[in-house]
Formats: sequence, C-alpha cells, structure tokens
Amino acid sequence: MSTTTTSTVAPATAPTTAIPTPTLLRLATAGSVDDGKSTLIGRLLHDTKSVLADQLAAVEDASRRRGWTGELADLALLTDGLRAEREQGITIDVAYRYFATADRSYVLADTPGHVQYTRNTVTGASTADVVVVLVDARNGVVEQTRRHLAVAALLRVPHVVMALNKIDLVEDPQQVHEQVASQVADVAGALPLDVPPVVPLSALRGDNVVHASESTPWYTGPTLLALLESLPAARDLRHDAFRMPVQLVIRPQHGAQDAAHVDYRGYAGLITAGAVEVGDRVVVAGSGRATTVAGIDLDRSSVQRAEAGLSVTVRLSEELDVSRGDLLAAGDVPTPRRTFSAVLCWLSEGPLRPGARVLVKHGTSTVQARVTSVRDRLDISTLEHVPAEQGELNDLVRVDLELAQALPLESYSDSRKGGAFIVIDPQEATTLAAGMVDAPGRH
Amino acid sequence: MTTLIPDPRPAVAATTPPPADPPDLLDMLESEALHIIREVVGELERPVMLFSGGKDSVVMLHLAAKALWPAPVPFPVLHVDTGHNFPEVLAFRDAAVEHYGVQLHVASVQDYLDDGRLRERSDGTRNPLQTLPLLDAIEEHRFDAVFGGGRRDEDKARAKERIVSLRNSFGHWDPKNQRPELWHLYNTRRRPGEHVRVFPLSNWTELDVWRYIAREDIALPSLYYAHERSVLERDGMLLSPGDWAELRDGEEPSVRTVRYRTVGDMSCTGAVASTAGDVEAVIAEVAATTITERGATRADDRLSEAAMEDRKKEGYF
Repeated sequence: MSTTTTSTVAPATAPTTAIPTPTLLRLATAGSVDDGKSTLIGRLLHDTKSVLADQLAAVEDASRRRGWTGELADLALLTDGLRAEREQGITIDVAYRYFATADRSYVLADTPGHVQYTRNTVTGASTADVVVVLVDARNGVVEQTRRHLAVAALLRVPHVVMALNKIDLVEDPQQVHEQVASQVADVAGALPLDVPPVVPLSALRGDNVVHASESTPWYTGPTLLALLESLPAARDLRHDAFRMPVQLVIRPQHGAQDAAHVDYRGYAGLITAGAVEVGDRVVVAGSGRATTVAGIDLDRSSVQRAEAGLSVTVRLSEELDVSRGDLLAAGDVPTPRRTFSAVLCWLSEGPLRPGARVLVKHGTSTVQARVTSVRDRLDISTLEHVPAEQGELNDLVRVDLELAQALPLESYSDSRKGGAFIVIDPQEATTLAAGMVDAPGRH
Repeated sequence: MTTLIPDPRPAVAATTPPPADPPDLLDMLESEALHIIREVVGELERPVMLFSGGKDSVVMLHLAAKALWPAPVPFPVLHVDTGHNFPEVLAFRDAAVEHYGVQLHVASVQDYLDDGRLRERSDGTRNPLQTLPLLDAIEEHRFDAVFGGGRRDEDKARAKERIVSLRNSFGHWDPKNQRPELWHLYNTRRRPGEHVRVFPLSNWTELDVWRYIAREDIALPSLYYAHERSVLERDGMLLSPGDWAELRDGEEPSVRTVRYRTVGDMSCTGAVASTAGDVEAVIAEVAATTITERGATRADDRLSEAAMEDRKKEGYF
C-alpha cells in the first residue's frame, strides 16, 4: 500500500464544504539516539507554521544560552520538555504534539530512541496510523532501525515511512539513499512488512521535510509532509463485524437526570469495529445469548445507526445478563477461550518467567492469568526466532497463557482492537507487557 | 515453524470497500473522552473531577454528563480556591454544580494561609500554593482517581503526560518512570495510597475546545468573551486589579476591551485585548493567534523553562 504512494501524491483537493472537517492522523516517530528526531519534529512544526511566536522566542532564548550558533534555533528544544532532556540533549519520554494543515489534524507521538526506552516506541506505535522511522544517513540501517520496523510490523501499524535524516552530512547522499532503500527492503521482506518509502531529508536545514529541497535533484518523490498528507487515515473499520466491549451498565433508576428515565437500562461502550443499527441482532459473546438492538443513544438524542470509533449507549430489547467486561458482537462472534498463545513485547525490568501469575486486560475485562510457557523470541539482528527460556526487557517473545476466566479473544492479525491486551503485575500494578493474540490453531 | 509476526496481507483482500467519509475530528475527540471517563467510572471506586469553572473543566463536566446520561454524574467535583478567583467565575461554578446536580468540595488556599500551613509568596502569586490543599483533599476524601482538564498542547511538561497518570503516595509525578500506555487499554490499578490523574482532554487543542463549545452550545463564564474591564499592565500582562494586590508605583488601571483565554488565579492570569464577543469570533481569533494560551495569559509559567514540570512533579494539576 505505502509503496504506491511514493510516486502518486494526491493533489490537494478543494474543500467541498465551506468549513472542511479535518481528518485525524495519528503519527508516531521512532529513531535511535542522536539521529535528529526531535529536530525533525521541531522542523515539521516550524515549517507548518504550528510554532507560535512566544514558543519560538523561548526556544531561541534557550538555544542561545546553550551556545547554539546555527541559524534559526535548536528546534529539538520544542519537543524536549523535561529538564533532564534538555540537560542531556536526549528524549526520555513520549511527548505528544499537535499540528494541522488545511486537510488534516495530526496527533504526533514523539518516542525516544534510547534502547532502554523501547517500550515508549511500542506505546507510540500502538495507537498510530503511521510510524516515521528515522535513519541517520551517516550510519544507515542499524539494530534500532530493525527493532522499530519489527515493532511496527508486529503492532500492525497501517503505514511506515522512513526518514533518511542528515543527508547534508554525507558526501554522496544519492548513493546513501539507494543503499538504505535496499537495506530497508531487505528488512521489510524478512518481517514481513510492505516496503516503506524512504525520504532523504535534512531536518536541520529543512530539506524535504515540508519544502522540497533543491539540493536533492535526483530525488523525485514527495516531501515527508506531502507523503503524510497523501496517506489514507486509519483503516476503515466500519465494514467489519460489529464489536462493542461493554464499559458500564447505565441504570439511573431514581437518580435519573430526567424522571422519564427511571426504567432506563443501557450498555455504554465504544464501538471498536463495524456498525450497529436499531433492529440488528447482537450476541453477548460470553453467554452466547442473542437479542436485538432496541435503541442507540448518543447523549440526549437517539440515532438509528452508529459506527466504529463512536462512544454510544445501546439499549437491548430483552433484559439479558450483561455487565462490564462483556462483548456485544455480531457476525462471526469470537468464542471465549481460556488458553491461547500470544506475542508479548516485554516492557519490564524484571524477567518474564514461565509460571508467572499476572493480570490480563483485554477490552473492558481484567482477569487473572498464568504464563504457562515461553516458546521463543525474535532475534532483532537476524530477525529469526530463537528458542527462549524467559523474556527480558524489550524482548519480543511468544508465550502460552491460561486465563482464570474465558475471554472472547480475536487474533491480532484480524483485529488490532480485538486482539490486543496488556499484562499487569497484580502486586506492583505496573504494566508489564503489550500482548497480541495469535490466531487460534497457530501452535 | 510459524512466524512470530504473521503476515496479515493475504487477509486484506481486493474487496476493500470504497472509502467512506472520514470521521469527524470532534466526534473522535468526544468519543475518546467519553471512553476514558467510562473506564475510570467502571474501574475505580472514588473518582473526583477538578472543576474551576474554567472552559476546559466546563467541557470536561459536560462530557461526564454525556458519558453517563441519563444517569447522574456519579462523582463529586473539587475546586481548589486560591482566594483570588474571579467572582463571576465562582458564581458560574456554583450555577454549573447546581445544573449538573453534583456535589462540590472546595479546598481553600485562604484557609491554609490563615492558619499558617502555607505562607504567601513574595511575588504574590498563589498558583503554586494550590498543590498542598489539593493533595490534602485527595487524601482526606480517599479519592483514587482525579480527573483534570489538562491538555497536552498547553505546555511541554504536559505534553509528556499519559492519559491515565500515576501519582505516588506523596502525590508526586515521576515523568521518567511512567507506565507505557498501550492502545486504548488503560491501566488504572495502583498500590495503596497511590492515585491516578486522568486527562480526558489530553488530545484536544485550544481550538478543538472552542469548536466543541460552539457545537454543543456550552455556556461559559462571561469573561471568556470581550468586555470592558479596568486592567493594569504588569510584566507585559493585562491584570485585573482587585484586593489581591497593591498598585505599584506608576501603575494606572485603565478601561480596555479584553477577554480571558484562560481563567485562574487573578494574580497571575492575564486578559488579552480582544473584540471577540461571541463563540464564533473567539474561534476565528484562536485560529489566527500567534501566541500560545499560557504564554499570553500565565505569569507563573514564564518563571522558567521548567516551571510547569516542577509544579507537576510536586503534585500540581
């Protein structure tokens, strides 16, 4: 999908209404230490005129105090928000930025490159529509690049774009571009991942970030921003089968905001896939009981139909036993399972050992679980699966899990929403891992 | 052997449906906020919502009422009153609390000053003094989740915040040791004595908030719209003189047409010169502004590059 967009950049279309509604694109960046990620984001914000005068003045001032002698200012200081980050010149934690063009609003998660902070890359990528992976032109594809591409493939981020930064610092940028594109194609082929486009740029000088550069006449592709503008937003989930994890049972009784609603009973949740219409037959995935949708409420108004991405309250025509943690579903309703295999991104300092007792949060359910075995892990340098006894921080490992209570799991390759879970330490309450359910039968 | 990363591509068949209208940005932001509020109500026992009568907290309370409708908002609201709040905002706060039928707790900075638990600062600002009464109120009422109206676009330290953000038993934030926040699966668990701060408006910008206020026809305190007010210029900001401060030499209040972009403690919240008298005019003004919200209006955030970070680590909103 993304390979075709390098050559065909959609022209800016004229808005069809007076006030065009911007679309939302969630973007995450990933790179290694010192490959200029914060500078790139600063450049993206600056050149889209998303940096306001007082922010720029503050950054210029801070740049001067740190001995910055280049033109403009050290744009990295726009995103490095914590004191320690500015002192050490590194990014420690995910920072979120917002910018908009005429057609699109961007939520940008700037994720740090330190190897020990890979968990933040996973955090940024888990909600992203696009991951921009930085490569330092002087270093080419390094282990961190492979790791970021593996994480993007594993988390099934819809689009990946490579930003080949610092082309102003190499002698033959065209040759470096060709070489990196070929290395990236090799990694993508091994993963598997659609081969991402590689944009040669200089965040420091602003080449090919928002404005096309005159110093790269050999590059005929789009600038980074043009590429982002042309990408289709998140995969349209509205044609998939209906899924809604129940967050709350809304039953006001005598506390109703309006006396007319003392007998109201509705099931509140976010539609994660598909659409639902009044009269549709839906199934409570746990019990398998079926009924029909009597009404769909959005605030004080009722609607006939609602689609994926919307938070609604659904009324059912029969009183069934439905509570928080249940899944309302239609179509191919997932069968609750107590044992399954999954891939974990292990995000904790302590090791993952077979037999570990943990909590699994999936949808709106949190249940006790046990890691029954650790099977293998992905070796990032070779992209091969090697046998593993346990998991360490940043490892991508495949495990078998047993749940205390069956959950309607879907495979992550079918559904990012239905196959994702987190692993929580029951005592420390920390988040231990990001989990992705394997397809059933993948044993 | 099977692969760790299955190839999903054959499953994405050539029958991809034609692209539909992209979802509306405000619908997406609203649905995300409702989902966050419902998760906290579903998983925690004693939530509270910070409510000052400022526009972000008004939008947040509106979202809470929507999230639970037609049931009432099932948690109280908490206001940390610096003692220097705008009278019209306090009146608005009380009317809003009445309208939504929620219980109001007030943590009073003035009480702390009166009995000596806090001392007035030499610069007169009471903003940093709010942290102690806030943390005491959280402890006293054993709140386990505190909704705040903070937005990541406001400040570079806030840009680092999780949506559900852990505070230790001292109420402190450790920005270098935050939990990873994956997909939309929030980990709200905590150890005894800890609580979570929850920011349903994390991904909203100032402009999104105003567009939503227009779309939902949400009432705000009148000082958000252009009005004539006697103001004095101090440190480049238009401050509203009141009993919070003595006039300094050479300071001469004058009547100007202004509005407030943020509403907080009168000693450090500045007005901006504006003729935007209604919500549409404000949207046009915000869309064209060249100065950030806090840069234009908050004296306390000009203290240093890390003023907000330092306050937040100590337990500030």
